[in-house]
Amino acid sequence: MSAHASHAPNRSGLWDYLTTVDHKKIAILYLIAGGIFFLAGGLEALLIRLQLMYPEIELVGAKTFNELITMHGTTMIFLAVMPVIFALMNAIVPLQIGARDVAFPFVNALGFWLFFFGGVLLNTSWFLGGAPDAGWTSYTTLALNQYSGIGVDFYVLGLQIAGLGTLIGGINFLVTIINMRAPGMTFMRMPMFTWSSFITSGLILFAFPAITVGLVLLMFDRLFGGNFFNPDAGGNVVIWEHLFWIFGHPEVYILILPAFGIISEVVSTFSRKRLFGYSSMVFATALIGFLGFMVWAHHMFTTGLGAIANTLFGLATMLIAVPTGIKIFNWLLTMWGGQIRFPTANLFAVGFIPTFTIGGMTGVMLAVPPADYQYHDSYFVVAHFHYVIVGGLVFGLFAGLYYWWPKMFGKMLNETIGKWNFWTFFIGFHLTFFPQHFLGLMGMPRRVFTYLKDQNLDMGNFISTIGAFGMTIGTILFLINVVVAAKSSKRAPADPWDGRSLEWAIPSPPPEYNFVQTPLVRGLDALWVEKMAGNKGMTPAEPIGDIHMPSPSFLPFLMSLGLFVAGYGFIYHNYVVVVIGLLFTLGCMFTRSVKDDPGYHIHEDELEEKGVKA
Amino acid sequence: MKGWQQYWRQFSLFALLALVLTGCGKDELSALKPSGPVAAMQFDLMKLSSAIMIGVFIVVMTIFTYVLIRYRKRPGQQGIPKQVEGNHALEILWTVIPFLLLIIMAIPTVTTGFALHKEYPKEEAVQVKVTAHQFWWEFEYPDLGVATAQDLVLPVGKKVQFVLSASDVKHAFWIPALGGKIDTNPGQENKMWLQADKTGIYYGKCAELCGASHALMDFKVEVMEQADFDTWVANMKGVQAKEPATATSPLAAEGQQIFDKSCLGCHAVAGKGGKMGPNLTNFADRERVAGIKAHTPQNIAEWLKDPQKMKPGNKMPNLNLDDNQVKALVEYMGTLSVSEKK
Repeated sequence: MSAHASHAPNRSGLWDYLTTVDHKKIAILYLIAGGIFFLAGGLEALLIRLQLMYPEIELVGAKTFNELITMHGTTMIFLAVMPVIFALMNAIVPLQIGARDVAFPFVNALGFWLFFFGGVLLNTSWFLGGAPDAGWTSYTTLALNQYSGIGVDFYVLGLQIAGLGTLIGGINFLVTIINMRAPGMTFMRMPMFTWSSFITSGLILFAFPAITVGLVLLMFDRLFGGNFFNPDAGGNVVIWEHLFWIFGHPEVYILILPAFGIISEVVSTFSRKRLFGYSSMVFATALIGFLGFMVWAHHMFTTGLGAIANTLFGLATMLIAVPTGIKIFNWLLTMWGGQIRFPTANLFAVGFIPTFTIGGMTGVMLAVPPADYQYHDSYFVVAHFHYVIVGGLVFGLFAGLYYWWPKMFGKMLNETIGKWNFWTFFIGFHLTFFPQHFLGLMGMPRRVFTYLKDQNLDMGNFISTIGAFGMTIGTILFLINVVVAAKSSKRAPADPWDGRSLEWAIPSPPPEYNFVQTPLVRGLDALWVEKMAGNKGMTPAEPIGDIHMPSPSFLPFLMSLGLFVAGYGFIYHNYVVVVIGLLFTLGCMFTRSVKDDPGYHIHEDELEEKGVKA
Repeated sequence: MKGWQQYWRQFSLFALLALVLTGCGKDELSALKPSGPVAAMQFDLMKLSSAIMIGVFIVVMTIFTYVLIRYRKRPGQQGIPKQVEGNHALEILWTVIPFLLLIIMAIPTVTTGFALHKEYPKEEAVQVKVTAHQFWWEFEYPDLGVATAQDLVLPVGKKVQFVLSASDVKHAFWIPALGGKIDTNPGQENKMWLQADKTGIYYGKCAELCGASHALMDFKVEVMEQADFDTWVANMKGVQAKEPATATSPLAAEGQQIFDKSCLGCHAVAGKGGKMGPNLTNFADRERVAGIKAHTPQNIAEWLKDPQKMKPGNKMPNLNLDDNQVKALVEYMGTLSVSEKK
């Protein structure tokens, strides 16, 4: 212990955030970065809808349109919703399990910076010769050199770097949740958000290697003349689709499961009731995660896999409706008999239920292969996955942000603006995507930059674009709300919603060590159990003592920077740059390995000075 | 949230639904207006699955609406609601019922699935080989010895067995009113059968992102009586067996000269010429120019002057033709017909 420094390194402002390994600050970094990419993806979406507002208009042109749809999809999936999920996981999961930190704080920071630099690399393609234009799925052969531009190289390199970050982030959360739970926090006492984060991390562990393998093969095809996917040289185009969807389908559940977790927390808190059927919820979550790996080929019903494969994958896909249905009914029964309040967080959670139900229903319809031959690659599919990903996931994220904002930032978001935010976004959302079901059935393929005047597709597209304005207004209102909250001087209380889980037992925002004393968990909804027993807070599981903290480090940033530079080297075939970048990263890894950094301690008396008690 | 807002939301949803459902799109394009047995089977499955799902939705929304109205927090409400752990009977109920509903859906899914994947030999079906290109469609009738492009010609009421592939990138072949789509994979062959029960012109689409002009990769399906189809085949064969007819007017003759010099390298006419571009043997009979624009001399001229303008990214080079040459070519191409109607 004597080797440990006794004081926190004194860092502030930008330098603090560039070097932080504190999961709560990393959460804020994820939120800011994800928010910026979300705005970029949203702007792309708005341009897409404007181009399709009327038939045969020329606003952006065919090539730019393909770049817009590719970047919209890629950005939203990999760079917008994913980091916001990671933001909430980082901010909340350690608090919910009563941990002082995540298992690997350094790796956590590295995960963020890899994601960030990967995302930046991908987005610089707009200014460096054109964005990727082969769709977010980058189907070969369209994504090969012969048929698409340098943008796809940015896609391949950017996603590899960002994917590394996500993968190690997922591993970190698996270890954290398995190893860092407070005494008494058994698996079957973990809050649903932690449970869903756990399953999501498991999915990340198994799904991301598949996309990485695919991207590496595609990189070899594009950069080094490989022929994995080139049919002229004996390659196979369908292999890419398998690799992509073996990742891509679980990815959908990687995204939606945390939203399920958020809805479970929010609905139960604002109904003042424990979650109905907790154990069946856990079981359903795990089952959805498992089935998520079994059904990837339902994205490929029209690829020509044959009747047997299509039927099996179709039936397996339908099965997912069962655990999802369990969840919907459990949420309804959680509210049954409760005292339901409707702050913005719960409005989004309640709005989630019918919206996601529609998304799930169309999902079952898509699982019927013969009917899917009509739906596939049409606007019906566009409507379906936006009902799931926006109507499910984004509503869930808004609910989570309104719910946990006070915990993360110590400020309450404004409720009046919040309600406007909800209604404009909610109505705008349905206006945008509901008509798209019919557009698809009426013969509109997806990813078309225009449609002809004489095909009866005008009205649906016009309504859809109007709806997109509504969603834009909703998003702007959220940004205004963030600014209003940041400027307000009113501090949020520790437990503004009469919460049930551990994160509400400590101040808002939490101190860097989270819990002065690790709490003793005595049941599901740990804080609620204490409240009902008439206690003011959690019972501590340990005496007050020095708290060991990890040192901040600039190395995660530098390691990622090295890969970022090497990425450009690969894209421009400049192998000197590649070597410099990779050596730089390796040098940082070497430094990290040999440098002995035991962290520092926060002393007992400092804790008391701050007056923070568990 | 107040009760009336709930009703209002559902009302607006159903109003929108009614609004959209009253117009199910164009007969020639919409999957909601099936014109053949394949599209009809698929439409039946859509109706079955959406009926079941709407039933589920009504149940969910009924409970949802009731709960939100009945259990919202009232002013001055005291006490803590009963903390219910769960209810095994209920949980089993909403596990078993969806399971049964899925079985109801699964049975026709399996039978239809296998029915759609049947392969018909040439005794039972017209065989058509489809090759997708950026951004046009090539159709060959190997048993009949004819080939065409952009306009697919089919006899009414007869099964058509397609064998599909692509020459460059992946495309997807889709005629919504006749049946669902299948991908055309480069380097592989897929099979699908369709049948049209009504004569007329149907719209076909490419459904898989295939490059800049993906949105413009349309084609037309001309469904005619068997006798007319036989005549069409005979005429096509007749034309393809011999040299292209000599042009009738001086202007067309001039056009033919330009065509023979500049176009035959890529485009076939009457059994002569290359296969890089669409076969133009029956060009004058086509429904559309480039698959999208009305078949008028102006549009043909516009295409010839700058092929990239109408369909960005297509493989046809700009031949830098002057106005007279374009006029001559349009005149000549107007004679490329196999039907007697013209």
